[in-house]
Amino acid sequence: MDRQRLVVLGNGMVGHQFLVALADSGRADAFEVTVFGEEPRAAYDRVHLSEFFDGTSADELSLVQPGFYEAHGFTLRTSDPVAAIDPGARTVTNAAGETFGYDHLLLATGSYPFVPPLPGRDGDHCFVYRTIEDLEAITAGAADSEIGVVVGGGLLGLEAANALKHLGLQAHVVEFAPRLMAVQLDEGGGDMLRRKVEELGVGVHTGRNTREIVPGETRRYRMNFADGECLETDLIVFSAGIRPRDELARHAGLQVGERGGIVIDDQCRTSDPNIFAIGECALWGGRIFGLVAPGYQMAKVAAAQLLGEEGAFTGADMSTKLKLLGVDVASIGDAHAATKGSVCYTYQDQRAQVYKRIVVNAEGDRLLGAVLVGEAKDYGTLLQYCLNGIELPDHPDDLILPQRAGGGSLGLGPDKLPDTAQICSCHDVSKGAIVAAIDDGCTTIGALKSGTCAGTGCGGCVPLLKSLLDVELAKRGLEVNTDICEHFPHTRQELYHLVRVGGLRTFAELLAKHGRGRGCDICKPAVASILATCWNDYVLEAPHAPLQDTNDTFLANMQKDGTYSIVPRVPGGEITPEKLIVMGEVAKEFDLYTKITGAQRIDLFGARVEQLPDIWRRLVDAGLESGHAYAKALRTVKSCVGSTWCRYGVDDSVGLAIELENRYTGLRSPHKLKFAVSGCTRECAEAQGKDIGVIATEHGWNLYVCGNGGMKPRHADLCATALDKSTLITYVDRLLMFYVRTADRLQRTSVWLENLEGGLDYLRAVVIEDKLGIAAELEAEMGHVINTYECEWKKTVDDPERLKRFRRFVNSDAAETGLRYVRERGQRRPARETEGDKAEVGA
Amino acid sequence: MTETSLAAASDAPAEWVPVCGADDLIPNAGVCALLAGREVAIFYLPDAQPSLYAIDNHDPIGGANVLYRGIVGDLGGRLVVASPLYKQHFDLACGECLEEPERSVSVYPVRLAGDQVEVGSPCSISHT
Repeated sequence: MDRQRLVVLGNGMVGHQFLVALADSGRADAFEVTVFGEEPRAAYDRVHLSEFFDGTSADELSLVQPGFYEAHGFTLRTSDPVAAIDPGARTVTNAAGETFGYDHLLLATGSYPFVPPLPGRDGDHCFVYRTIEDLEAITAGAADSEIGVVVGGGLLGLEAANALKHLGLQAHVVEFAPRLMAVQLDEGGGDMLRRKVEELGVGVHTGRNTREIVPGETRRYRMNFADGECLETDLIVFSAGIRPRDELARHAGLQVGERGGIVIDDQCRTSDPNIFAIGECALWGGRIFGLVAPGYQMAKVAAAQLLGEEGAFTGADMSTKLKLLGVDVASIGDAHAATKGSVCYTYQDQRAQVYKRIVVNAEGDRLLGAVLVGEAKDYGTLLQYCLNGIELPDHPDDLILPQRAGGGSLGLGPDKLPDTAQICSCHDVSKGAIVAAIDDGCTTIGALKSGTCAGTGCGGCVPLLKSLLDVELAKRGLEVNTDICEHFPHTRQELYHLVRVGGLRTFAELLAKHGRGRGCDICKPAVASILATCWNDYVLEAPHAPLQDTNDTFLANMQKDGTYSIVPRVPGGEITPEKLIVMGEVAKEFDLYTKITGAQRIDLFGARVEQLPDIWRRLVDAGLESGHAYAKALRTVKSCVGSTWCRYGVDDSVGLAIELENRYTGLRSPHKLKFAVSGCTRECAEAQGKDIGVIATEHGWNLYVCGNGGMKPRHADLCATALDKSTLITYVDRLLMFYVRTADRLQRTSVWLENLEGGLDYLRAVVIEDKLGIAAELEAEMGHVINTYECEWKKTVDDPERLKRFRRFVNSDAAETGLRYVRERGQRRPARETEGDKAEVGA
Repeated sequence: MTETSLAAASDAPAEWVPVCGADDLIPNAGVCALLAGREVAIFYLPDAQPSLYAIDNHDPIGGANVLYRGIVGDLGGRLVVASPLYKQHFDLACGECLEEPERSVSVYPVRLAGDQVEVGSPCSISHT
């Protein structure tokens, strides 16, 4: 069968999602797909466009998995805008005049930013805010500007204002309507938002109708308003709404709306049955949907149609929750109480700057809409009430009144939700799908996230996901046993608190008070680590030594043949030639296999246990310290060479890396910790794949947290931006100690954050805003660890009693006879079983 | 430390070989002795009865001589050492591997004679 020719115009988020839906069907090979995009790059995440200013690169914003187009045989033509459609001949013609035939045509041409027709609007410092190229132009324009004005106080306008602020400009927002975010917010909500935005140093000018832009007297431009007022500025960004890109459809004679938009039916077909339109260019039921989620729904529907499957677009919920300039803002359903007979409840706290309003039907038993500003934690619950028509409690205002002690929670129990209730709106995951995943064995938040994608978008639904999981597990009679092992009826977190609060200094004390039996290889190292974090006694002190894993006991890493590898600390990866020579000499003398690690250190392999003290003495005498490669502790702080040498370096990444590494050296933690510091946003140190990642920017250090490489890579989350060094260190102190307190045994920071209720927002609240009031405590505990640090190698080689432990045999000075080696590429390595003949005996 | 506790094995060995002094032992951990070319892991649990245990030092699963460097504890009431390589548990009294009983290790009689630790010939045959 001949493949059908499918032409897609537009390669934005929605156009790309359509291709993904087609590819996911497994039947994409029925089509010969050609995609035209006018931008120079493949689809990227426009929703998170502002992160471009935080150092996120264009590549990172890309939505396209490498090899996606090739794997599915899709042809992508970037920078190739189409100039005309001929529905009669079923062809499209590009700007170069080439003509392409189609059997089906899909329009995903998106929208363009509306620029009001003002005189003077096309100056060289006047911009719009939609593409990466726009952002690059704004960045360049900001270089010789001090003041920036955004025209438009909607959602995108406020994001643009934030971006200008980040670029170091004094930012203003000019809005025609009498309040900010007029579409989503009522007057009270808009007022509260304005107050908060002004406090952040952004000027807000509402009810201003810009009449013209003329050369300024003190600044580049002057904006003259209809009321006679004016504002001088160096740079202007227009963000006054979007208009559908319907010009191709219009010229081709397809039906378009009076105010623009390509008219589509429930199957996303235009007035020509061979042509579909989806996303912001499409007009459904007289409405344009300017959010990505409805566009994704349309993409699914159009793909289903082409594949001969059922599906219909039936409108979309336009509720939104977002953080604008750090302010939580949410709008649900009928936020303006436009429904006849509706009744409102409003709560306002001017001190805490919180505004909440709910709109209830005339009978008072169903929620129609809501507005939340300053605090949006009830968004998930309210949205469920609204979307699922759940009966409200007797006093609906309880839903927005603050919960005081003893009041009990009025949150909506997941039990009340129907199976169709959408739990995760980013990925459209229903309660039913999550329950099914739990049936299939996903019994942790982490497993649910990877199994269903729920909670992996904005993360706002994770608390609801968690309570749903708990309820469902309880229903199945599954009690999740979180005891660390048979010796303690406690979790690691509980043991930590028992040790800390009880002032317990040894495993024996803890076991006598809170455990049973003798302990095992699970609880002993875990408790040893907790004791080390809390009191930082020498880990080989008599009561602690038998608790340690062999690696900690012998302060080196056991390899497969029972010998050890040794990793001296090389802070920040910076090493003097003198130290390098000593390491080389030691490796040569003891015939140690030598390899550079992934963490900018040097690993020396094949040391027998009785050789360790001699090797360390040599290293310690040369000024080297233990690298803790054997411990669940800080491993390394990787760095790029930074501004010291690099042409592009913005700040001294090596200096900061060394300072951080020396600061946290020896901190015992639930699992290993890896840091990195990059000197600019080129990110050569790969800090966004580390537990703690720091990147230098023009405005200070950006702090990334809870990333991971290894088995399950996780991109780190941006926790705070533009920090000075002392603030950065304070945050890292708090975060690490909070992790040490609350993580499970052997839980990396990445998994810890995934499972932390409230996610990144909660972590920020604890670490930055000190929501729990424990910041001082955390800092003091970290201070104790830092002040009591001693190099374990040095302490051990100085202590004859400890050295007894390193004797291979208690009754002989003989060396072990079982070790076999072969030489390869000039070094020795353990012999394989099949190499018995040519192996040499280890000496 | 003057007790003369007998090892778990009931049959008295033909010969007792002194291997080290009591003060060479490490409470709640292991040391290793070399006996006629065989490596023996000796564990000292001061508050257990008996308090001395000796098993083959060779980990039959990891294939290396490392068991004396494992963590000592109890599982379901049995005294065990966890291999430092892949964490299988070996019963200190009978040498049985809890996870893979067919890969168990030999045990040796061991006792404290005055200040001397003495090991006898193996009283169960390794299954490997």
